[in-house]
Amino acid sequence: MKGHGLRYNRWFTPWVLVIPALTWLLVFNLWPSINTVILSFTNARPIGGGTFVGLKNFETLLHDEQLRWALLNSVIYMVVCLPFLTVLPLLLAVLVEKKLPGITFFRTAFYTPVVASAVVVALIWQWILDDRGLVNGLAEKLGVISGPLPFLSDQWLLLLSAISLTIWKGLGYYMIIYLAALGNVGRDLHEAAAVDGAGPLRRFVHITVPGVRGTMILISILISVSALRVFSELFILSGGKGGPGGRDNSVVMLIQQYSQGFEGNLGYASALSIVLFFVTVVPMLILARLNRKGAEA
Amino acid sequence: MSVVTDPARPAVVGEPEGPKRRRRTGSFGFNTISPREKVARYALLVFVLLITIGPFLWQLSTSLKGSGEDIYTRIPRLLPAQPTFDHYKAVTDTIPVWDYARNSLVVAVLVVGGNIIGASLAGFALSRLQFRGRRIVLGLFLATLVLPGEVTIISQYVTVREFGLANTLFGVALPGMIGALNVLLMFNAFRALPLEVDHAAIVDGANAWQRFLYIGLPSVRGTISVVAIFAFIGAWDDFLWPLIVLTDPDKYTLTVGLQYLSGTFANNPRLIAAGTMIAFVPIVIVFATLQRFFFKGVEEGAVKG
Repeated sequence: MKGHGLRYNRWFTPWVLVIPALTWLLVFNLWPSINTVILSFTNARPIGGGTFVGLKNFETLLHDEQLRWALLNSVIYMVVCLPFLTVLPLLLAVLVEKKLPGITFFRTAFYTPVVASAVVVALIWQWILDDRGLVNGLAEKLGVISGPLPFLSDQWLLLLSAISLTIWKGLGYYMIIYLAALGNVGRDLHEAAAVDGAGPLRRFVHITVPGVRGTMILISILISVSALRVFSELFILSGGKGGPGGRDNSVVMLIQQYSQGFEGNLGYASALSIVLFFVTVVPMLILARLNRKGAEA
Repeated sequence: MSVVTDPARPAVVGEPEGPKRRRRTGSFGFNTISPREKVARYALLVFVLLITIGPFLWQLSTSLKGSGEDIYTRIPRLLPAQPTFDHYKAVTDTIPVWDYARNSLVVAVLVVGGNIIGASLAGFALSRLQFRGRRIVLGLFLATLVLPGEVTIISQYVTVREFGLANTLFGVALPGMIGALNVLLMFNAFRALPLEVDHAAIVDGANAWQRFLYIGLPSVRGTISVVAIFAFIGAWDDFLWPLIVLTDPDKYTLTVGLQYLSGTFANNPRLIAAGTMIAFVPIVIVFATLQRFFFKGVEEGAVKG
């Protein structure tokens, strides 16, 4: 950064340029962060009001059975998504890296699920996973199952369906990030290894993977955080109800439920937001630590 | 002045096709590629293509299948036997899909416009001008990246409500109109310009505004298009925030409207399919048209690990 920027302007010019963005940052990022903490000690409602209630919301959190399910779901979500979404997109990136004729088409096509709204793809999957949908139809025809599998009404199958949807939708996104990173992996290393008789698999494990290690850790952080923040997939696949007995809610789904209607409670929703914050910070800290350790080793 | 080095749009002409570029990116197989490997690669590509695009095609096919056609058959047919656009008409007759689309478009345009203007102004000032407090401001923008948006969504709603903008489209667009990430992307893009260009312009008597308009902006068009594409897709696809802000059905954006569509027509997948296609096709067209800029921008460092 040093050496950049020149002082050939009036003192207020930079501020005139920065102030719109800074205003947005203060009004829509920093103030809401502080206000979330303040609100969590109140019983604010969707229709105005809100008085100080002390730690009541946090006491309620401790006995909230739905929150316990939501946290369990989040952890399962993260644990399943992590291996699939760190490995598969890397393989895809290696596949589309080579500039074969038509490769741009494939890259764009693989990215399409990312571009589509989560609502759209969840509605598409809802139909595919329907009792009378494509997956059940094909499986029955092949004789794998005798009756339709309740992908959308069983607690665990619903969670699994949402997880598969998230993985499917995320493939292209992480593929692109890996693709950017692969550009920096030296070709001469591959050439040297090939001369030494290393096959594609060995070169992948010993050159490509170490070469994108930093990106891999970044991607793991992105996957963990977005798995913990899941909303649309579970919301749409469960028809907004959070599965049988509300056991397929995510933390964000609970926050959304408390934000609306006569049952709404913005104070409690804010307390849930604080839980969400701490939950998402944990994987970031763990992975950042791993990163530092790996760099030292 | 012709030396532009926007990381998202390097001015080096024809680089991706050049031999230098190929040497840097190709990591498997070398100068030539064996026919066997080629076949294997294309087979894999087509396999993945089926997985990623298949569901969309299936939905498109469902939306076109005639009402008399059995869509529940155990032997699924991809091509409709009695293709028809009836369901598109039925969806638009029963649900104001075009109004929803217009609402989504209004929000997306506001968000794209706000980000292009706000983020490039701030990015330019932070990277090309010197002022007291610059580092602190930059640090603030970086710090907010750690915070997931969902954590503050409730108090953001409270803020928007206090402005009297709850249940308005402007309220949906407002918080996203200048994103911290976009400011940082623009900051990076402007920073890559060589300082000498600024020096020369200053000698010629150009002030900060002129340097912004005539030197800065034209050389970061690549990053601006990446910011614009991301902002558009983000706004068009967003679901949670409009769901919280909007209560009035005629103000719904497409995503919120679609969700109600699925509740209303739960027993007619053809109609839901038609509705999802109406939401899906515009974004695909936007992306397909601009994907050139997007992939270039992303590969050249707009999203670098």
